[in-house]
Amino acid sequence: MSVDADAHLIRTDPDRPPVAVEEPRRPSGKAKLVTAVLAAIAALGWAMIAVARGEHISSVWIVLAAVGTYLVAFRLYAKFIERKILRPRDTRATPAEEFDNGKDFMPTDRRVLFGHHFAAISGAGPLVGPVLAAQMGYLPGTLWIIFGVVFAGAVQDYMVLHLSIRRRGRSLAQMARDELGFVGGWAAILGILSIMIILIAVLGVVMIGAMAESPWAVYSIALTVPIALFMGVYLRFLRPGKISEVSIIGVALLLFAIVSGRWVSESDWGAAMFTLDKPTLALWLAAYGFAASVLPVWLLLAPRDYLSTFMKVGTIIVLALGILVVRPELQMPALTQFGRDGTGPAFAGQLFPFLFITIACGAISGFHALISSGTTPKLIEKERQARLIGYGGMLTESFVAIMALVTATIIDQHVYFAMNAPAGVTGGTPASAAQYTNGLGLVGTGGTPLPPVDPSVYSTAAAEVGEKTIISRTGGAPTLAFGMSEVMHRVPLLSILDKAFWYHFAVLFEALFILTTIDAGTRVARFMFSDAIGNIPGLTRFKDPSWRVGAWLCSALVVVGWGSILYMGVTDPLGGINMLFPLFGIANQLLACIALCVVFAVVVKQGLLRWAWIPGVPLVLLLTVTMTASWQKIFSADPKLGYWTLHTKAQEALAAGKTTFSTAKNPAEIEAVIRNTAVQGTLSIVFAALVLLVFLATLAVVVRAIRAGGLPTSEEPDVPSHIFAPAGFVPTPVEKEALVEWRSAGLDPVPAGRTHG
Amino acid sequence: MTSGAAMLGRARRVASSLRWYVRGVVGEDAYDRYVAHLRATHPDAPIPTEREFWREKYAEQERNPKTRCC
Repeated sequence: MSVDADAHLIRTDPDRPPVAVEEPRRPSGKAKLVTAVLAAIAALGWAMIAVARGEHISSVWIVLAAVGTYLVAFRLYAKFIERKILRPRDTRATPAEEFDNGKDFMPTDRRVLFGHHFAAISGAGPLVGPVLAAQMGYLPGTLWIIFGVVFAGAVQDYMVLHLSIRRRGRSLAQMARDELGFVGGWAAILGILSIMIILIAVLGVVMIGAMAESPWAVYSIALTVPIALFMGVYLRFLRPGKISEVSIIGVALLLFAIVSGRWVSESDWGAAMFTLDKPTLALWLAAYGFAASVLPVWLLLAPRDYLSTFMKVGTIIVLALGILVVRPELQMPALTQFGRDGTGPAFAGQLFPFLFITIACGAISGFHALISSGTTPKLIEKERQARLIGYGGMLTESFVAIMALVTATIIDQHVYFAMNAPAGVTGGTPASAAQYTNGLGLVGTGGTPLPPVDPSVYSTAAAEVGEKTIISRTGGAPTLAFGMSEVMHRVPLLSILDKAFWYHFAVLFEALFILTTIDAGTRVARFMFSDAIGNIPGLTRFKDPSWRVGAWLCSALVVVGWGSILYMGVTDPLGGINMLFPLFGIANQLLACIALCVVFAVVVKQGLLRWAWIPGVPLVLLLTVTMTASWQKIFSADPKLGYWTLHTKAQEALAAGKTTFSTAKNPAEIEAVIRNTAVQGTLSIVFAALVLLVFLATLAVVVRAIRAGGLPTSEEPDVPSHIFAPAGFVPTPVEKEALVEWRSAGLDPVPAGRTHG
Repeated sequence: MTSGAAMLGRARRVASSLRWYVRGVVGEDAYDRYVAHLRATHPDAPIPTEREFWREKYAEQERNPKTRCC
């Protein structure tokens, strides 16, 4: 080995093989060529999206633009962030190596960790938001999902992950307290807690939208509970640790649940037993959430998590292949009239800011900061791998959002709008819905008006997917399921199963995600809550997690918290989704603001003012978006937008003795409107105030740091690393050199039992 | 080696890689890795049975819940 090459191999112990490598400053010719080819693919996709305005536009162009842009951004922008701000050092031991206990701290193969991290960050969010945003056309959503993730979402995930690696894997809440001080830290914790409550509630509304009046869906989703219990018992008493085995059995049982759902829903007893209305389902869901959060983890939560991981990864791969094989044509135009005037039925509000609110997960999701801090840093082998796991993992999540957008925009427009408009405007019957959608003045991708439809279109479409009706099935989940069934039943081989099967498969797949989030979220919120009130003198016993009474009490309070918002949402006379979804998006984006505040403060403290725009740009963008949206939700005089204006108008209507108001049909419903808008308006104020508090605390820290020319951060001192692993999926030539040295020394680059291939 | 045997060998390697990957992502290899860790760092420590290990693992999850994303 030449002296020259050896200089690229860095050691912490002169007698042992290298633990880090220095890559050449200039990329190789081959690397440049690969980037150029990827850029050309992205450019082709974008060019086709830009010029194609005919009647036949393939969805493949969107996929090409997305994948090409992601890969170029990963190779260039993520690399730029790595060089200029984060400057990872592989000579430094990660928390996984330093505190390796063979359990929660443990260096884990980067490829495995990528899958693990992706499974933890992906959920129902990126599937629902793009479906609702499709009412504005395919272009706004596509642009925001792709550029949002490149410059905001992936940046947040990557930087938070890096910060947490440098801080022994501490959580976002702890880092906020350390970096932003007492007030900022507490505002962040309260913000995270209240945001989790609203997230769970809105996901519940989404799920109930797919389950209400659908015995097939209720039956198959209900069956997931005994299936999970069976898996839990199997793993506990029969074959401990055989997770793949029991998951395969579980998935087989799930498929049986879907197939048998048809028979049950077609039988008289089945239809009678499993046809439930929305309020009943909301109560069941709250009862389930409470049970899941107090039952032992091994019995329900853990097995359900395995099941949902298998279903999640499997379905996403199948859907991606399905879209590539079928290459469906887009039905929605690039920009609809609702994108221009902001009067769409799925959610109200102008493109700015409400597009950026509706598509949260997929472009940027604050929730990911909770995963990127805390869990993944305790498993990562090397600091330089954070680019692949953090930035790369989020790009994959964004791709899921793109697929959801494609799935929603290939549906017939009449069907899309009939499904997503609240019952108050569609009237709920095929005849009234046809009248509604025929009056919308819909135009095709080429701009020619769409011919009016006959009401039978809706009854036929409902029968094809095995549902009684598809009208006003709001919430995004039924629309996505409908779109997925359109794609899947056209894929060769998969087409032996009909649309009804695939529709219910998709509904079940989304419900599994949501139930997992509800289980885990309730538990986490309960812990945060009991930890917070445990600080109050006299209530310190709440800090003890093994005190069952405290656990039950806190669980009950958390469930009542989200359960009441859920109940409010499903009984809302104005349509729960279009009233609550903006709050969900605002909450998630505000969490992202908190995460970006922490990152921004650290960058300024480190004296990297010149590069502070990297987290600064997404922070300012998100603050502008969320504050504008919150402002409109709180102060707008337009009753379609402002919660309080609607509140006052409803009060006036009731006082004037009116018996109807907007889509509320009787005085009791008007009272519900008054109550709901008060809750929604108050939540908007609380969220905005908490985040402003965090932002002000950040500004105070930033000003102090600039005056002092930098401040110490809570970064932990270096501990030398003694292991080696490549940074990306494929080792580079220099990394291969290092691996050869480990092999010839007869040593494992990472502790024994962890290597493969 | 015949080409059939070579194909079979390759298929076996692919299957074993796939099995390794799936086990890793769902966390099924936790016990094997913990045992390897104990043998390497604390050779004298008693090694729990697989049943004990998983009981303790779920008890730990009970004490420190992890969130899942939306």
